[in-house]
Amino acid sequence: MNRNMLQLVTLAGAALIAATAAAKVPARLASVAVTLPESTRALPDGPGVATVRNNCLGCHSAGMILNQPALAKAAWQVEVNKMRNVYKAPVDEKAVPAIVDYLTAVKGPK
Amino acid sequence: MDDVSIDWRRMTRRGLLRQAGMAGLAGLASPAWAQTMASLPLPGGPDERPITGAFPQKGAMILQRTRPPLLETPFAVYDKGVFTPNDRFFVRWHWAVIPTRIDAGKFRLKVRGHVERELSLPLKEVLALPRVEIAAVNQCSGNSRGFFQPRVAGGEWGNGAMGNARWTGVKLKDVLDRAGVKAGAVQVRFNGLDEPVVPQGPDFMKSLAVDHARDGEVMIAYAMNGKQLPLLNGFPLRLVVPGWYATYWIKMLNDIEVLDSPDTNFWMKTAYTIPDNRRADMKPGEAGVKMVPINRMNPRSFITNLASGATIPAGKPHSVRGIAFGGDAGVKRVEFSADGGKSWHTARLGRDEGKYGFRRWNAHFSPRQKGGYTLMCRCTNTNGEAQPSEPNWNPAGFMRNVVEATTVTAA
Repeated sequence: MNRNMLQLVTLAGAALIAATAAAKVPARLASVAVTLPESTRALPDGPGVATVRNNCLGCHSAGMILNQPALAKAAWQVEVNKMRNVYKAPVDEKAVPAIVDYLTAVKGPK
Repeated sequence: MDDVSIDWRRMTRRGLLRQAGMAGLAGLASPAWAQTMASLPLPGGPDERPITGAFPQKGAMILQRTRPPLLETPFAVYDKGVFTPNDRFFVRWHWAVIPTRIDAGKFRLKVRGHVERELSLPLKEVLALPRVEIAAVNQCSGNSRGFFQPRVAGGEWGNGAMGNARWTGVKLKDVLDRAGVKAGAVQVRFNGLDEPVVPQGPDFMKSLAVDHARDGEVMIAYAMNGKQLPLLNGFPLRLVVPGWYATYWIKMLNDIEVLDSPDTNFWMKTAYTIPDNRRADMKPGEAGVKMVPINRMNPRSFITNLASGATIPAGKPHSVRGIAFGGDAGVKRVEFSADGGKSWHTARLGRDEGKYGFRRWNAHFSPRQKGGYTLMCRCTNTNGEAQPSEPNWNPAGFMRNVVEATTVTAA
């Protein structure tokens, strides 16, 4: 076997490895279209639940609230203020007490 | 939609073989997720979370929040290997306006601002730049937030808001050099395709110092573990900032702006700030603490083959194994303790896949007597920084890296 033949064999071997591995990785960046699921969790009933639903669930699903630890009323006030002032949630100032009371009732210290 | 070709023949043989191995590993992911719950467990609760398989391109994940998605990696995944499969890799988005269709042929990466030439690069031009590959841990700043005491508001993660992947892409430096960074540039700001739900809400953007951006390690990735990124992990391009928290790893990266003055946008100046000390530590309620933008990661380690509450046979040798990472440095040493930290023994380290990645470790544990044992592991990185024995605290729940305890019973 001359040197050229050896090179050919080596190249064929490398190509085989590349082809085997390439079969397991995409050969291109393929366009993607997906659907994201809707939340299936609902806020528990209680005074102010409609206000919370209308003002809070536009930006995030209910799980964000329900997975929070027990927070005191003052801490919930901070969170609601942050959503309004920092993240610019369009929450009427008059709605804030009802939201804070609901969150404290549902997710406050027991 | 138009797809864009990648010349995978330019990959090294070693890289291809590794990827082939990873593809095999990803195939082992169990589809048995339906209708089950995970318990994290977080102090004071709530700690039950549904396991979901409802998200596109993702397998069984812990559902922290549906919209915008927060998906946690079930901890058992970390026991299977040091590379986290793409379909089990954690997901975290700030705003709910996330494109669900991306046309690879029409996508453009813009480079603008304090540069000689503005660029608008199609993916094929990004892919034509010299290719680089790095193993690196991507960890949420707030990974393990749910363990903070007193508890703090936010994404209530267990320890699964982290993952290690082999990232393939191009050096950010090469892209910046094509645009020609002008003298006087101070920072480079990164923005992705996601948008605020409300018009005045702050668009999510992060910045790096220009020298960091040009260090040759920061990269723009178009593949993780040998495959294009899942959409929820940032398809088609994601910034990779080895050793730094995931907040900087902008997903769906489409806009790079070179700045000639420091970035004062909300996500740099106000959000994602930490007490200005190495452990991001302060006392609850402490006033006047100097805050700085979060930055490099610190070392962590975990036991992956035993969970707290496990019962194991007494009088028999056991192999305890886990993962460790050094943060912004490699893993120098992992130590194991079977007596709650009173005595430590050096663990055996697995193969080094790169200093920014997970490293496997193994130790022997032979409980002679029946009863409870508190198992611990402690990572020291190559900078000499070790995990502390006391947890840090800050109001945002960032940078937990205390030595974790796993309590088991020998019976």
